[in-house]
Amino acid sequence: MTGADSGVDFFAGRLLALDRLGAERMLLKEAQGSPFRAVECLVVPALEEIGRRWERGGVALAQVYMSSRICEELMEEMLPASSPERIRCPKIAIALLDDYHALGKMIVCAALRASGCAVRDWGRLTAEELAAQVVREQVGIVLISALMLRSALQVRKVRQLLDAAGSPAKIIVGGAPFRFDPELWREVGADAAGGNAAEAVRAVARCVAELT
Amino acid sequence: MCPTEMTSMERVLTALSHREPDRAPLFLLLTMHGAKELDLSIRDYFSTAEHVIEGQLRLRARYGHDCFYSLLYAAAEIEAFGGEVIWYEDGPPNSGAPFIRRPEDILDLTAPVPEDIPCLRRTLEVIAGLKERAGGEVPIIGVVIAPFSLPVMQMGFPSYIELIYEQPALLRRLMAVNQEFCVAWANAQFRAGATAICYFDPLASPDMIPPEIFCQTGLAAARHCLSRFSGPAVMHIGSGRCLSMIKELAAVGAVALSASVLEDLTEVKAACKGKIAVAGNLNGIEMRRWTPAQAEEKVRQALAAAAGGGFILADNHGEIPWQVSDEVLLAIAEAARRLGQKR
Repeated sequence: MTGADSGVDFFAGRLLALDRLGAERMLLKEAQGSPFRAVECLVVPALEEIGRRWERGGVALAQVYMSSRICEELMEEMLPASSPERIRCPKIAIALLDDYHALGKMIVCAALRASGCAVRDWGRLTAEELAAQVVREQVGIVLISALMLRSALQVRKVRQLLDAAGSPAKIIVGGAPFRFDPELWREVGADAAGGNAAEAVRAVARCVAELT
Repeated sequence: MCPTEMTSMERVLTALSHREPDRAPLFLLLTMHGAKELDLSIRDYFSTAEHVIEGQLRLRARYGHDCFYSLLYAAAEIEAFGGEVIWYEDGPPNSGAPFIRRPEDILDLTAPVPEDIPCLRRTLEVIAGLKERAGGEVPIIGVVIAPFSLPVMQMGFPSYIELIYEQPALLRRLMAVNQEFCVAWANAQFRAGATAICYFDPLASPDMIPPEIFCQTGLAAARHCLSRFSGPAVMHIGSGRCLSMIKELAAVGAVALSASVLEDLTEVKAACKGKIAVAGNLNGIEMRRWTPAQAEEKVRQALAAAAGGGFILADNHGEIPWQVSDEVLLAIAEAARRLGQKR
């Protein structure tokens, strides 16, 4: 294990213990005046590690949520949403499709913001509303979180509407139905799926690279 | 029925007592599919008890599985508390916006009386109607949402996680109200004729809540409720994993525990041996795009992994999605009958 790995593990440990002050001290020390250094060296790797542990059954979703929320709050202090330093990339939005189960959306949104992205949280929309808003606001990447199978299948309609409108927007999906059926994201016409928040952050990075 | 063939009730009771029945029991946990049978919309179907009774009878006649499932829709419990339910043409009714908007709202919360709530009264009529038609030959499985998991719909999961970590006094108050409702609701279903209650507690999975927190909160709520139920309960933890918590979950007083497709069924069965029966673990989400041949193979794998008594073949989620086809359900039922025979 390298020194960097042990630092990431220690930071992840602070997050999982809900030790906000301890995590903040580590972030400030790592940042050395550059918030993005802290993002690259601590925040993203720690959230990836926590995501991996959740996949393996080592941590609970409640801990993933609280960890993401702490990271989001700390990064908001170091790098406010209005800061021009926020990563300049295609517009990113996240939404629920006709569903009130918001946990997955909030975890991914927090992880993306903690990773330096500017994300528009559109809450709960129908497929028609979501597609229209993507087109109207010229969003480049839209993330859709679903708990119910019915909501997951609605992604197909979003894809069709975006294609019909000539939108080049990328769709990234996540949530239980996509976890239990690994083929589902392709079937509904998504461009990628994130099994956890860190995977969603990586999928966004890949889409950004393709779009820019 | 051949002379040695058991009734569904005998088959299930034998399996639950960790002995091997004539064949492994099959629970097809079908709710909405009755609407297809009666050519009704999902909302119309659930609007009267007669529809659901007829739907359950037709579904069992078609597939020959070993239970009636009296659940209408999980969000009925939210309706009972005065919350909103949203209806769809192609999926289960879902709970709407959380009705506990601020943690302080918990102080004003009171437990509804099941018999006073139309959608719950309808469920009781379904159970009574099925009991009348089926006599004692087919188990009727009722459902309650666990007090520890109901707040996901009552206040939204993010707010509830924050409550668990940050406001223990309000959490205790919420658990007290939900426990009172849960026990009353389960016992009303037993009085109506339910054979067993599925205690649906997805947050009991260590995938959702850290075990050390669940043991101090949700596990205590489960023990409290199950000890007051006037009949047996099945501990259903949704599609989450359970292996690391089997010792604790097996001790809550339930007769069976659900198993997730995310875990090795053989390992789960071995860990539960002699303590609690196992129900599972067909993947309900993937099921919608299985071919009949794939369905047969999945059934074969599950039966091989959980050979012997103490096992009920079922999906791992607790409700088979609307999109799963008749062809696949028939293939599952036929494979379970053929491959599940005692050897």
